[in-house]
Amino acid sequence: MAVQTVAADTNSSTVDLGPAAALSCRECGERFALGPIFACASCFGPLEVAYDLPSGSPEELKKRIAEGPDNIWRYAPLLPVPSDVAEKPNINPGFTKLVKADNLARELGVTGGLYVKDDSGNPTHSFKDRVVAIAVEAARAFGFTTLSCSSTGNLAGAVGAAAARAGFRSCVFIPHDLEQGKVVMAAVYGGELVGIEGNYDDVNRFCSELIGDPLGEGWGFVNVNLRPYYGEGSKTLAYEICEQLGWKLPDQIVIPIASGSQLTKIDKGLQELIKLGLVEDKPYKIFGAQAEGCSPVSAAFKAGHDVVRPQKPNTIAKSLAIGNPADGPYVLDIARRTGGAVEDVNDEQVVDAIKLLARTEGIFAETAGGVTVGVTKKLIDAGLLDPSLTTVVLNTGDGLKTLDAVAPTTGLSATIRPSLDAFRDAGLAAAN
Amino acid sequence: MSVKVRIPTILRTYTGGQAEVPAEGATLSEVIASLEQNHPGIGARVLDDQGKLRRFVNVYVNDDDVRFEGGLDAVTPDGAGVSIIPAVAGG
Repeated sequence: MAVQTVAADTNSSTVDLGPAAALSCRECGERFALGPIFACASCFGPLEVAYDLPSGSPEELKKRIAEGPDNIWRYAPLLPVPSDVAEKPNINPGFTKLVKADNLARELGVTGGLYVKDDSGNPTHSFKDRVVAIAVEAARAFGFTTLSCSSTGNLAGAVGAAAARAGFRSCVFIPHDLEQGKVVMAAVYGGELVGIEGNYDDVNRFCSELIGDPLGEGWGFVNVNLRPYYGEGSKTLAYEICEQLGWKLPDQIVIPIASGSQLTKIDKGLQELIKLGLVEDKPYKIFGAQAEGCSPVSAAFKAGHDVVRPQKPNTIAKSLAIGNPADGPYVLDIARRTGGAVEDVNDEQVVDAIKLLARTEGIFAETAGGVTVGVTKKLIDAGLLDPSLTTVVLNTGDGLKTLDAVAPTTGLSATIRPSLDAFRDAGLAAAN
Repeated sequence: MSVKVRIPTILRTYTGGQAEVPAEGATLSEVIASLEQNHPGIGARVLDDQGKLRRFVNVYVNDDDVRFEGGLDAVTPDGAGVSIIPAVAGG
């Protein structure tokens, strides 16, 4: 299938993606017919889905959502998917736990209510299942037969699993030096997994070139030519958080930043809920979290810039190691508009935060979760995040994927002979 | 200096559908001027009103992102490959 590049009459689209009406350029506003395109033909700006959102009362919509399945398809009326999406073979992610983290709150001094949105509970153990599930429906609608992506690891697994379930071939590209856990968790689904000699930005560049070449013809790259649809999957995090809070907006949300897409789409989701009257309109603050070794957005925020200077990543938080983040400028806009901030923590703080969350809440986060918890602590200490307000922190992936990060400092408390004397001598008996 | 420029799909309307075209220039700035001469209109798609690279365009000379190499002043050696790529990918 050739990639469509010509601005078209948006009414001429025959693609059934539910309430999705057109693609709209976020920079210049030009509209395009729904298709496998991702950049504006006029200004190169990112395209995003524009909707004909459902009419009717908020209460009716809440009821319809409540009657839906316990996954993201309960929000199908707000997503670019056909109305019968729940009946199609897909990985059906979402409706993960919103954990009230009282123990962590005590450690951090949060009194207004602290929650962890734990997306490690998705089918392939990261939030990427949400975005991929949407991209699968777009790929189906546009007639693609191969799913592909550039990935820092989590996405590779999500695409492999979704392709297997939905009956697509998959061929995904990752940096050659990813954590073993992520490589295995991506390869096990049987698709092609290709290591590229370079970092994520090199992989991404390769995919962007492949997409314009006959070698990549007929391929749906979930985060390139299907990116406008794919990104919408992150809106479901906003929907779920608000529904799980009793259809209320949180006061503050801390979100990890890789490309920045997730943060921008969570904001879009919150804005939609306000517009639809599903939540009461009130101020909320969005905070972005990066690792110090890959902190182009945090650096730009602190310097007061509205553009992001790319960096060469060097951090254990490899799922966030995007040195040239596509949505970086929009993250800056949102953090500033909402009165939030963007902050970063070093690798040692990431590991400490992974252990803090595990020790206090029994949640084992991957490095990205360590980044959000670590940044939350830093923001509280700096007085930028108000501990008296309701705060949600995202954990976007499972710690089993990044065992390497904590293995050097985590292990047996003792090795002893199988005798009571040895146990007593090791000082491990319960205190009297 | 003669270079080969990879053209992204959304700009191929200016190159008659060609994915790769030759251009002349010792710097990226000169290469883009050469492109504009041969394919009128393409320059304004890559550069903004102030003549700077657009916010959502990535350009590589061989394997190097020009934002690390002086931007429009980046040197384009004879025989180099220049790639123009939409930046809104990935993540």
